[in-house]
Amino acid sequence: MLRLPSFRYFQPKTLREALAMKADAGADGMYVAGGTDLYPNMKRRHQEPRTVISLMGIPELKATEGRNDGKGMTAVGPGLTLTQLSVLPSFRRNYSALAHAAELVSTPLLRNMGTLGGNLCLDTRCNYYNQNYEWRKAIDFCMKKDGAICWVAPSSPRCWAVSSSDVAPVMVALGAEFLLVGPQGERVVPAGRFYHNDGINYLTKQPDEILAEVCLPAPDGWHAVYHKLRRRGSFDFPVLGVAAWVRWETGSGKRETRRVSEARIVLGGVASWPQEIPAAGAVLKGTALSDEAIAAAAEEAYRPAKPLDNTDFDLSWRKQMTRVYVTRALKELRGRPARA
Amino acid sequence: MTDPKVTIAFELNGELTEVAFAPHKTLLEVLREDCGLTGTKHGCELGECGTCAVLLDDQPVLSCLALGLACSGRRVKTVEGMAAGGRLHPLQEAFAELGAAQCGYCTPAFLLTAEALLAGNRTPTRDEIKQALAGNLCRCTGYIKIYEAVELAAARMRGEAAAPADESVYGRR
Amino acid sequence: MAGAKLRVVGKAHRKLDATAKVTGVTKFADDLFLPRMLYSKLLRSPHAHARIVSVDTTKALALGGVKAVLTGKDLPIPFGILPVSQDEHALAHDKVRFVGDPVAAVAAVSEEIATEALDLIAVTYEPLKAISSAEEAVAHPEPRIHDYGDYGNLHKLIDLEFGDVEEGFAEADLVREDLFFFEGSTHLPMEQHAALADWAPPPDGKVTLWSATQTPHYVHRALAKVLELPPAKIRVIATPNGGGFGGKSDPFSHEIVVAKLAILTGRPVKITLTREEVFYCHRGRHPTLMWVKTGVKRNGAITGMHFKSLLDGGGYGSYGVASTYYTGALQTVTYPVPRYKFQGARAFTNKPPCGPKRGHGTPQPRYALEVHLDKIAEQLSIDPAELRLQHLVPPNSLTANYLRIGSMGLGACIRKVVEGSGWKQKFRKLPLGQGVGLACSSYISGAGLPIYWNNMPHSGVQLKCDRGGGVTVFCGSTEIGQGSDSILAYIVAEVLGIDPFDIAVVTADTDLTPVDLGSYSSRVTLMSGNAALQAAERAREILASHAARKLEIPVERVVFADRRVFDAEDPERGLAFAAAVQLAEAAQGTVGTVGSYTPPQSAGRYRGAGVGPSPAYSYTAAVAEVDVDQETGIVIVPRIWIAHDVGRSINAAAVMGQVEGSVYMGLGEALMEEMAYRGNRNTVHKFPSLLEYKSPTTLEMCDVVTYLIEDPDPSGPFGAKEVGQGPLLPVMPAVANAVYDAVGVRVDEIPVTPEKVLKALKRKAKGEEPRFGPSTFPDIPWPEPTRVPPPWEGGDGKAIGQKATVATGERRH
Repeated sequence: MLRLPSFRYFQPKTLREALAMKADAGADGMYVAGGTDLYPNMKRRHQEPRTVISLMGIPELKATEGRNDGKGMTAVGPGLTLTQLSVLPSFRRNYSALAHAAELVSTPLLRNMGTLGGNLCLDTRCNYYNQNYEWRKAIDFCMKKDGAICWVAPSSPRCWAVSSSDVAPVMVALGAEFLLVGPQGERVVPAGRFYHNDGINYLTKQPDEILAEVCLPAPDGWHAVYHKLRRRGSFDFPVLGVAAWVRWETGSGKRETRRVSEARIVLGGVASWPQEIPAAGAVLKGTALSDEAIAAAAEEAYRPAKPLDNTDFDLSWRKQMTRVYVTRALKELRGRPARA
Repeated sequence: MTDPKVTIAFELNGELTEVAFAPHKTLLEVLREDCGLTGTKHGCELGECGTCAVLLDDQPVLSCLALGLACSGRRVKTVEGMAAGGRLHPLQEAFAELGAAQCGYCTPAFLLTAEALLAGNRTPTRDEIKQALAGNLCRCTGYIKIYEAVELAAARMRGEAAAPADESVYGRR
Repeated sequence: MAGAKLRVVGKAHRKLDATAKVTGVTKFADDLFLPRMLYSKLLRSPHAHARIVSVDTTKALALGGVKAVLTGKDLPIPFGILPVSQDEHALAHDKVRFVGDPVAAVAAVSEEIATEALDLIAVTYEPLKAISSAEEAVAHPEPRIHDYGDYGNLHKLIDLEFGDVEEGFAEADLVREDLFFFEGSTHLPMEQHAALADWAPPPDGKVTLWSATQTPHYVHRALAKVLELPPAKIRVIATPNGGGFGGKSDPFSHEIVVAKLAILTGRPVKITLTREEVFYCHRGRHPTLMWVKTGVKRNGAITGMHFKSLLDGGGYGSYGVASTYYTGALQTVTYPVPRYKFQGARAFTNKPPCGPKRGHGTPQPRYALEVHLDKIAEQLSIDPAELRLQHLVPPNSLTANYLRIGSMGLGACIRKVVEGSGWKQKFRKLPLGQGVGLACSSYISGAGLPIYWNNMPHSGVQLKCDRGGGVTVFCGSTEIGQGSDSILAYIVAEVLGIDPFDIAVVTADTDLTPVDLGSYSSRVTLMSGNAALQAAERAREILASHAARKLEIPVERVVFADRRVFDAEDPERGLAFAAAVQLAEAAQGTVGTVGSYTPPQSAGRYRGAGVGPSPAYSYTAAVAEVDVDQETGIVIVPRIWIAHDVGRSINAAAVMGQVEGSVYMGLGEALMEEMAYRGNRNTVHKFPSLLEYKSPTTLEMCDVVTYLIEDPDPSGPFGAKEVGQGPLLPVMPAVANAVYDAVGVRVDEIPVTPEKVLKALKRKAKGEEPRFGPSTFPDIPWPEPTRVPPPWEGGDGKAIGQKATVATGERRH
């Protein structure tokens, strides 16, 4: 049986208590939420905290209808499980792309444990890295853990592990904002600035900061969808995720017209971060998501998508799928009825 | 090297239970090794197969990724807690009747996951059953007898006098 | 019994162990805990191919809680499942041959400490060039992975000729050649292998091993050999297997290691492999490259067939010699092949050893043959179902390679799936992107020869009648989820007129049960079933004679039913079954009988004839329906219609379960499962995990419409043939043929992945050959062929020039 190494475990009741515990533990301490990412990593000796601080006993991280800032933003707690998130009626109604992305994560069993925050902070993945200690030893390790080289791109100075979150690309596409609480106080980071395109140093969040709140823009005048590509209908991480978001121009009164005023295409599973493709969004501006406009956007997304040989499937096929999946996502958006 | 044991109290199969274990142990290990309940199985210990599923506060979860310490004060149900009063649970009855348990290794996890499904949905469609069980791997059955058993149990739990379909046990004629 | 109405056999039953399994009471190997038990872990090689220079265990032994450390020196005697391939050591001796090859073992008071100790064992290796594919093994005879084998790194070379195939090709109206590749896959039982050993010190001096094994008898033999103990001082108990599929059929390092550690420490020692280690045990499907050339008449009749296979065997022999023969054995049992040539080669490579996975060596050639026939049918403009129906091997016949066919229900199978699927309305008529494909297959109901040469029964049963009316059946057979324990009970219950649940079954314990060779080659229902039938009939005879005397009727009139023994002509006159036992026991003492089963001698007398013969062959036909996404190449299989000729169901519900489970496993192989390695990175397994080795979930599994064809075969108990493996075989070719029907491209390589479909579609769009698949078969130094004239050319089963004294088959498998 694969087992956890020994470690100290704390269950704080407040954010402040958690921060203090982390300060005490220092660099050997880590926060854990659902544990579905950290514990497998600990069993495989990827991550070796001596102290683990659980965030699951902190009520404020589990708010379902968090504070409303008056600008129509909705805040939710990152401690909600993916199951809770995907069944929240307000979420299904107003943030269906997010609810959908959440319910595409792994399996029902895992979603009953894994959290929104955990999926947003998910460790980058690579099939040279997500292996047991003995396997990694057989290839002389890799730079993400215990080694010096990136086996995916041996001449590269950086790690190419893949951002494999389903929820993160949607957050970036929606323009969500994350509230981080740390020893230095609070700060708000746009989702798009929460990530680095680096397999090792993939979060801008400091290790001692806690993702305390996720703020979503008011659900008016825009639509978003998420399409996921993977081998099987459950268990599997995305080998490609496409989050597409469009804001329609407002016409007479509040009703939107069917011309795109702003669009964002964000890809998951193709880089070490959720990769926004600004050029793809730009070509959609002013269009009615015609077939031509969609084809142009898909082409723009196809070019920079750089999947490498470190996930399931052949990399050239994954790259080709970018075009297909961006097209399908945008066609689905085009078919969405206007919001009343 | 070996940390001193910790003790938690929790509700296990309806009984208040105290158990002492090494603090880094998962719920899976605590159940099997410290509570002596080996009905909960394991296939990977990484959350990749669903074989270790148990109900934690009525929700099916992966016991290989739940820390024992995190279960203090909570409610855990394992396959050993399904039969009551010397009678099998309708799901157990249907699984036995249809041969939904072949090797039987993944069976406890399927039973508990299905129990949670039926607790929230008395009349699940075949598609809802597939979705609910999509996190449990079985290599023996091809899942079909499992779906049929869940449907049979659901019907009986609704009070219907249901029996296995002839086609499912003898094939199409 | 003949002609009597069956009361138990053929019905849908609950299995004897069903309640234990649904309540979690069944004890699998890892569920066993003994007082003072130690935990063992294995240190495995990080090199694919290396010489071991030194192993230093001092630091590990010094770690608190460590009780013993073993290295190759402690277990120097080699073993292996086949007598011709005794090439494994419990712990690597001089060399390691794949990443994951066990090198040292630790026993400690906890699994955590044992794991920690592994890191303290210092092993110095001298790396050698690793061979990562069969083609590479052909090209590089040196360095040799083993110092035995037919040529360089080619473990086994076979060349068999049954008639002159060139003559057959000359007679043909169409001669077609095709190349296929079938990627390796693994069993992936949900239960990880586990074993527990205990030692009773002298004067007992006895080891007991509980293990998740499909073959306790062979493990017993291997332990006796390696531990140098008399077999009477070893007891092997096979725990119920949490899935086997062939993956727990070899004696394994970990079983020998815990036995040795128990002897050394005087304490029980348990080992439970991690999922990664299960991938290293492997023994799964051999990756196989195949070339087939067939001549046919305009009406589809085959005039000759030449089949070549190249198997990637991995680092050890395992069942590989038999697997290699199997890739050429069963081509002849479905459609008549008047002239047949088979050349097979198995390569050693530096990867986990391949062996027997469900279908053992036959799914690869069956896939090739059925797709090849689909192409031939198209060229001849004959409906592929018709082509097959017009050319079926007749029942009670002998094939070119001397396999004796008994009952043969393939025609009925084809007609069922053709009708049920609406084949005639769908084939070549569905909209682009949707398709149907048909394929057929056959499988053995038990191998005709044992793994080691002997002329003893393959299965034995002892039966004890209790004066209370209960009956206990003792048999060495092993329950792996297929329901083999229950089969014994249904058969005995049928004969003795009692309820299956009146019967206690004791199985798979070398101290308590007579030998059964194990749960492999789909042999258990037929062989242990026949042994149980014989034992039960003997008991019935004893009880009937005493009952007849008491009832004052001729013994022929005694009927056993409903837990009673009574007069057929006056059913009211009779006595309870228990009373009948008491009568017999009072008259003659304890009522116990034995039964055994030995398969009939095979017709082939040539070297190699040992693989293929079986008392009976099952037949299967399947139609698969697919949806192919032309933009992505993703293939979805909504439904499969499958008809299986099982001879007779003993427990219909269990037969249904085996058919559906076989379709499942076949679907996984057809679409996604593969054992893939990184050839350029020390030949590591690409993803030894349940997440990345893709086993279909509920969301990929198709609907299955099953038809059971029951045409009792005289060789089987009540006419039963196998069902555990055969229904897997047609799934892969049916899916591949359906993909062609849907989008007009051939994927001549399993699995049929989206990448391959899309590549073939792109070729089609460019006007190139609409195909994805291998393009060459390497030159192999084939041996001189063994020429065996087929029966219709006056052959007697012997090879030309074969000495009369050479006995049947290649005896040692």
